[in-house]
Amino acid sequence: MPMPNTPFSRSDPPDPPPLITVRGLTFYRGDRAIFRDVDLDIQRGKVTAIMGPSGAGKTTLLRLIGGQIRPHAGRIEVDGACVHELGRRELYQLRKRMSMLFQSGALFTDLSVFDNVAFPLREHTRLSEALIRILVLMKLEAVGLRGARDLMPSELSGGMARRAALARSIALDPMMIMYDEPFSGQDPITMGVLIKLIRTLNDALGLTSIIVSHDVKETASIADYIYLLSEGSIVDHGSPQTLERSRSAWVEQFLHALPDGPMSFHYPAAAYAQDLSLAQEPSP
Amino acid sequence: MIDGLRRLGRSTLFWLNRLGRATLFLLRLLSALPTLAKRPSLAIRQLYSVGVLSLPIIAMSGLFVGMVLGLQGYANLVDFGATSSLGRVVALSLARELGPVLAALLYAARAGSALTAEIGLMKTTEQLSAMQMMAVDPFARVYAPRFVAGIIAMPLLAGIFTAVGILGGYFVAVQQLGVDSGAFWSQMQSTVKLFDDVINGVVIKSVVFGWVANWIAVFEGYDAIPTSEGISLATTRTVVNTSLVVLAVDFVLTALFFGV
Repeated sequence: MPMPNTPFSRSDPPDPPPLITVRGLTFYRGDRAIFRDVDLDIQRGKVTAIMGPSGAGKTTLLRLIGGQIRPHAGRIEVDGACVHELGRRELYQLRKRMSMLFQSGALFTDLSVFDNVAFPLREHTRLSEALIRILVLMKLEAVGLRGARDLMPSELSGGMARRAALARSIALDPMMIMYDEPFSGQDPITMGVLIKLIRTLNDALGLTSIIVSHDVKETASIADYIYLLSEGSIVDHGSPQTLERSRSAWVEQFLHALPDGPMSFHYPAAAYAQDLSLAQEPSP
Repeated sequence: MIDGLRRLGRSTLFWLNRLGRATLFLLRLLSALPTLAKRPSLAIRQLYSVGVLSLPIIAMSGLFVGMVLGLQGYANLVDFGATSSLGRVVALSLARELGPVLAALLYAARAGSALTAEIGLMKTTEQLSAMQMMAVDPFARVYAPRFVAGIIAMPLLAGIFTAVGILGGYFVAVQQLGVDSGAFWSQMQSTVKLFDDVINGVVIKSVVFGWVANWIAVFEGYDAIPTSEGISLATTRTVVNTSLVVLAVDFVLTALFFGV
């Protein structure tokens, strides 16, 4: 069976098996194909970026990897387990080792920052409150929010909310974190803080990180590997340096933010003249 | 004609589909109850927000309904010289019908709509997805505690509504209109039956209403389209559907318990 378009050629030195393998992924929303026969690998210990324009299915991919939705065809394996074939109990066991940072932060609005970070520890461990307090403060210190532990989510700025959510997502020391648009809507300073945090946490905690984003420059600055998604398939993939040198018109359009190119400026529509009812009308 | 039939068919299918989904949701909710039994504190916390916080509106409404019953009852009974039966009229009206039904309608408006909006907003702001990704089942952590707390709260609220209503009726009849206090209480005592009127009327009816009201409220939140308009529609549906279903179920229960 021929190998799909995996990012690593046979001549590369042997690597540990990928943490996530996706093969033949097909997923529809109504009649619209979000993914058609997509293959990709996420390597352990690396920061992998999934990039593409809005509506390319980046967040859907994360939800498929997390088992929140099921593919119509294909396989998604996380650490050797086929996510969509797991029962609820096994899936929840796997999710204890996965984590996801949502675009909005998704902090529980009725809990303080401290209690948000303590939430997974209280749910899944039998640690004493004293020990939970120490762990929570350590996680908050890592994201620079130890002093904000008593604030409620409504009192946080967007960037602080994401950092608090990041502290919560590392509370159980997961093997991987999925970041859904971590930089969108952030000011440059907050963006810089988040970029540094994602890279530092990945390296310090030995995580595997998947960043879904369309912020090209910021994401490319910390990604080890990038997949570019568009219209249901992977357009290109490689290291940021490799993609920078790519001659593909699509890659060029996306990486350099060109307004028109293979990805049309116009949403598919009937001919303009026909839409304006000019085509068949005789001129006065 | 054909268009009308088509619309009717589409609407019927839509509602059957919703009913099917609501039933599956209920089954999943019930399967989460053993987990909740291990952590009853989750339901107790909800009991405060759906029960304790509903107390003012329930007590105030009960008081006014009882006072109106006292006034209306007096105005009608005085023509027959039967004002001594006023205690009986007030108590039976409240225990058999008005207490559980009005408490359920008020509950739907105050707590049911709040439950739907809260769950719908949790869905919109991805809090439920975050919970799932943290391997925490929202059925055990969010839906089941609210559902159970509501079922516990409903008979308590209906009981308080009825008791306060009787006091309101007493205040108007005895204190304001001069009905004999002994006759008011003794007529009530001799006609209101513990099993027939209090258990069937207040307790069983309101447990059933609580089940229905909370099932609808929690399901509507779970099923809400995660937009501001979707939550608004879901909240409206909670109040409207609960009111209609409570009144329909009340007819069935009344026919079962008190039908001749």
